[in-house]
Amino acid sequence: MAVITPTTPTAADEADALLRAHTLRGRAITFARRKPLGTAGLIIVLLIMVAGIFAGWIAPFDPEENDFASMMVAPGLDHILGTDQFGRDIFSRLVYGARTAMIVGFGAAVGGGMIGLVLGVSSAYFGGWFDLVLQRIFDILMAFPLIILALAVVSVFGTGVFNVVVAITIPLVPRCGRVVRASALAVREIPYVDAARALGFGHARIVLCHMVPNVLAPFLILLSAFVGQAILAEASLSYLGLGVQEPVAAWGLMLQGSAEDYATTAPWIAIFPGLAIVLTVLGASLFGDALRDAIDPKLRNR
Amino acid sequence: MSVRIGVLAGLGLAAAIAVTPVWAESPKQGGILTYMIPADAPPSLDAHRETTYATIHTAAPYYSVLIRVPPDNPASTTEFVCDLCTEMPKPTDDGKTYTFKIRQDVKFHDGSKLTAQDVALSWQYIVNPPKGVVSARKTFYEMVDSVQATDDYTVVFKLKYPTAAFLPALADPYAWIYKKDILEKDPHWYEKNIMGSGPFKLVKIEVGQSITGERNKDYYHKGLPHLDGIVGIFAEKQSVRVDAIKADRAALEFRGLPPSARDQLTKELGDKIWVQDSDWNCGNILTPNHQKKPFDDVRVRKALALAIDQWKGAPALAKIANVRTPGGIVFPGSPLAATKEELQQMPGFWPDIEKSRAEAKRLLKEAGAEGLKFELLNRNVDQPYKFVGTWVIGEWKKIGLNVEQKVVPTGPWFSNMRAGTFDVAMEANCQSVVNPVLDTGKYLPHKVFPDNYGYYDDQKSIDLYEAMQKETDPVKLRAAVRAFEKHTMDTEVHEIMLPYWYRIVIGRSYVKGWKISPSHYLNQDLANIWLDK
Amino acid sequence: MHRYIITRLLLAIPTLAGAAALVFILMRLIPGDVCVIRLGSGGAHVDLQALAMCRSQLGLDQPMVMQFLSFLGHYAVFDFGVSMWSGNPVWQEILLRLPVSLEVSLLATVIAVLLAIPLGTLSALKENSGLDHVVRVLAIAGIATPSFWLGIMSLILVLNVSAAISGRPWLPPIDYVPLWKDPLYNLSIVLLPAITVGYRYSAVTMRLTRSAMLEVMREDYIRTARAKGLLEQIVVNRHALKNALLPVVTLIGIEFAFLIGGLVVTEQVFNLNGIGRLLVQAVQNQDNVLAQALVMLVVVVFIVVNLVVDVLYAWLDPRIRYS
Repeated sequence: MAVITPTTPTAADEADALLRAHTLRGRAITFARRKPLGTAGLIIVLLIMVAGIFAGWIAPFDPEENDFASMMVAPGLDHILGTDQFGRDIFSRLVYGARTAMIVGFGAAVGGGMIGLVLGVSSAYFGGWFDLVLQRIFDILMAFPLIILALAVVSVFGTGVFNVVVAITIPLVPRCGRVVRASALAVREIPYVDAARALGFGHARIVLCHMVPNVLAPFLILLSAFVGQAILAEASLSYLGLGVQEPVAAWGLMLQGSAEDYATTAPWIAIFPGLAIVLTVLGASLFGDALRDAIDPKLRNR
Repeated sequence: MSVRIGVLAGLGLAAAIAVTPVWAESPKQGGILTYMIPADAPPSLDAHRETTYATIHTAAPYYSVLIRVPPDNPASTTEFVCDLCTEMPKPTDDGKTYTFKIRQDVKFHDGSKLTAQDVALSWQYIVNPPKGVVSARKTFYEMVDSVQATDDYTVVFKLKYPTAAFLPALADPYAWIYKKDILEKDPHWYEKNIMGSGPFKLVKIEVGQSITGERNKDYYHKGLPHLDGIVGIFAEKQSVRVDAIKADRAALEFRGLPPSARDQLTKELGDKIWVQDSDWNCGNILTPNHQKKPFDDVRVRKALALAIDQWKGAPALAKIANVRTPGGIVFPGSPLAATKEELQQMPGFWPDIEKSRAEAKRLLKEAGAEGLKFELLNRNVDQPYKFVGTWVIGEWKKIGLNVEQKVVPTGPWFSNMRAGTFDVAMEANCQSVVNPVLDTGKYLPHKVFPDNYGYYDDQKSIDLYEAMQKETDPVKLRAAVRAFEKHTMDTEVHEIMLPYWYRIVIGRSYVKGWKISPSHYLNQDLANIWLDK
Repeated sequence: MHRYIITRLLLAIPTLAGAAALVFILMRLIPGDVCVIRLGSGGAHVDLQALAMCRSQLGLDQPMVMQFLSFLGHYAVFDFGVSMWSGNPVWQEILLRLPVSLEVSLLATVIAVLLAIPLGTLSALKENSGLDHVVRVLAIAGIATPSFWLGIMSLILVLNVSAAISGRPWLPPIDYVPLWKDPLYNLSIVLLPAITVGYRYSAVTMRLTRSAMLEVMREDYIRTARAKGLLEQIVVNRHALKNALLPVVTLIGIEFAFLIGGLVVTEQVFNLNGIGRLLVQAVQNQDNVLAQALVMLVVVVFIVVNLVVDVLYAWLDPRIRYS
């Protein structure tokens, strides 16, 4: 049984702590100190973002340039992570791939999240037939295999990063909608919504000003999870040949087909993109976890 | 361990056409061969209606054909031998009639005798199928007027005109001989069932998994098959096939593996495996859509061809992809193929690539198409479509063209081509038996050959082709082929030929008796294989 | 409760109809059709007559509305049609592949549960300790790793390790043998994919077990039990765990439903002849009938599992009642 010795804070300390607690900087520092894993996750994601944005400056080679003279070169001085079967520098492809991952990850997450947020809250707010029909649509989309959705989008609209983002956004919408709706339902029962209606506030105002802020917490947590899921979905789709296409640099695409075939002679082709995916999704998830721990009121006073 | 056999003379191409081993020992009887079929199960077991090699690899061991490429020299592009007939006939009646005598000792697996009636009816269903019956290669046999069984052991083919294209077409590996009684009763029976006269008898099929056969003790080629039985396992994924050979879960697969697999397996297994390779009677071609500007301008099309460095690109690609030999419209191993000197006249094959690319840029400027941006429609298959596509785009970049690759699955790929909604398409011309006259039909205008997706109108093309078809004198035939080739590749640049595919078959060293050929459809009845275990 | 179940079942009908419409439309949006792929696969000649005949034999030349009505009509009498690619009845094709997928799924679930519940509980009990951090990172890594990449890496590992140890590289067999015929052989095929899939599954479950346990441990009745002087072990096992497991059980159920669909990539990597691979083949071959049937199957499983889990949840937790 541990003996707890309370330390008596001085008045100055107390004032200090109070002040600090309310500035953004203060909050951030508190967060960093109490959730080292989450902070690490955030830093990883930020690093990847920076890599993606400044890819042109960071990457030593053109990611799409074939070099038949140096195919499948092992990691070394010239090419730090080696080259792939076309002689393209893997490190450069990883860096540009970060850009694609960020576009797909954030694009699909934000897109799916926004649409899911609006639909989920409206569904909870209006209820009735609207809610019933929307819930069934959500059911269908959640159960539907992603591969068929992706193939249809790709076949009709062609390949390209944008279309992949669209294809991945679709299954994310119902997942967000469900969670948001559950939270919104809880809020809806609170008397002030009825009071607001009685006072004559419009639907839009009530939804935006009262309901959305209350579902923001689970929503943000979901968003951070979505980034990771979207990147993983892109990897699976590219593996099946339905995602981003050659010669675009994308981590999932780098793992497709040839990477497996060369797995024993040139394992670096498959290892590094896989590690990049794991690291990024890990970072996003760690941050999301920490965010949830910090925001969730039930767990706040730990 | 591989022994080079030699180059066909007079071609001037450096590489050997086929590298095959020579086994000095005499065959042992017995053993079960486990091989892999690089596909998910075929849509049906009826070779008359299917076009996929999966059907051949699955069920060819159970059937006989009339004539075929010689099993002990399947790389030959000019020799054909009998399977069910007794000897190869000389055509009579000015080359329009072929009379085949059928062997009298052939039995179907259910014990009934195989007669000329079975052969004739099977061929009638191929050449001129009745309503409701599909014959996928019907157009190969337009030269055939009739096929009859004049008695129990004689089959007569009458042609509309004499042509050098008939015998190779007759040796088609899909032309299995079915039983007359079954065909007449239910022509769809053969889609799901097997009843043949081949070296192996069906034991069982596990759908989506495997197919097992056992030796046919009444096989008419005495002493064959050597094997007691065969097991074919469906394994579509390449890495699975490579790993299976490595771990000796299966002895080999018959389609072909990429150079990376060969390098990997040779390094790890040394002399536990053999490697056979050969040029493949398949090649990728680039088809510009003549209905879309600016590809209706021959200068633009020529520029596209001139930019490509075939001589340097092919050997580089050969290290990672299943392509090797640059060629014209005829398979490089055939006596009718262009020599190196003849090829060097064509755009893309000039010995000086800088001069070639300068000319390409000049043509583009003249046509007002500098810095042109367009899409290359490609099929979502790695080997070698995507590899070749990536290479070609790199080459076009060197004359300032900005090309994006649009890779789609097979269905949409076909649809886009058939709808004409593409700029330039990467396709393939894949044939089985080397039959230069028929094989090049693909380069005819669409209205004559619906499988051509260039959508151009060109009477001269048709005239040159017909001249080629009707010519039987070898020297004049060669000249006719060259004329058609020059017209297609140089004068009009209707199509751009890319390096021919390169077939690499790898097997465990105890598998002997099988020799590689230019096509994965050929020589698949497995009767000659024996196991040295 | 009965009214709840009946309402849910009734609501399932429009869901099924919607899913049917969606898959029907999507499959037909894809340009090309099964006939083109079947006849043109060699890259060689496509005979137009043969194409037309194939289309009319499969009913592809009928107007869309007719095709859709025919589809719905047949399903209403439980006639799931015949595969456009192979000509075999759809239920036969599915039944042939179900055992493999089920086996991998069940084995993955067992592995997941055996790993997740003990580790998740320990992690919660020793919160913020070194063990907790390690378990949390492992769990998140499990969610972050693409399962097919894990599969590829594991195959490489097995191959190289076996080659190093015994000199002969060992790989899982490529021909499937059912469990009752040769259990050891069968397990050698199924184990690696089950671990690959099970890792992610266990990661998700582990995290939920941990957070559920943490929540429960904070409840008042746990504090009371401790204050009463009960052994920590009994507090955990008899009071905390039972209540924490409630959401965990529902999660296991829901994840299982997703598993079936998620086997798609795993079966590709390990060349297993299962439902996932069948779906990929059906989609690639544009075999509309088979693809439709498989999607409907997945949706039905999803709906049923969701319903069972919700009912179970309500039955187990007396505080929850559905109006």
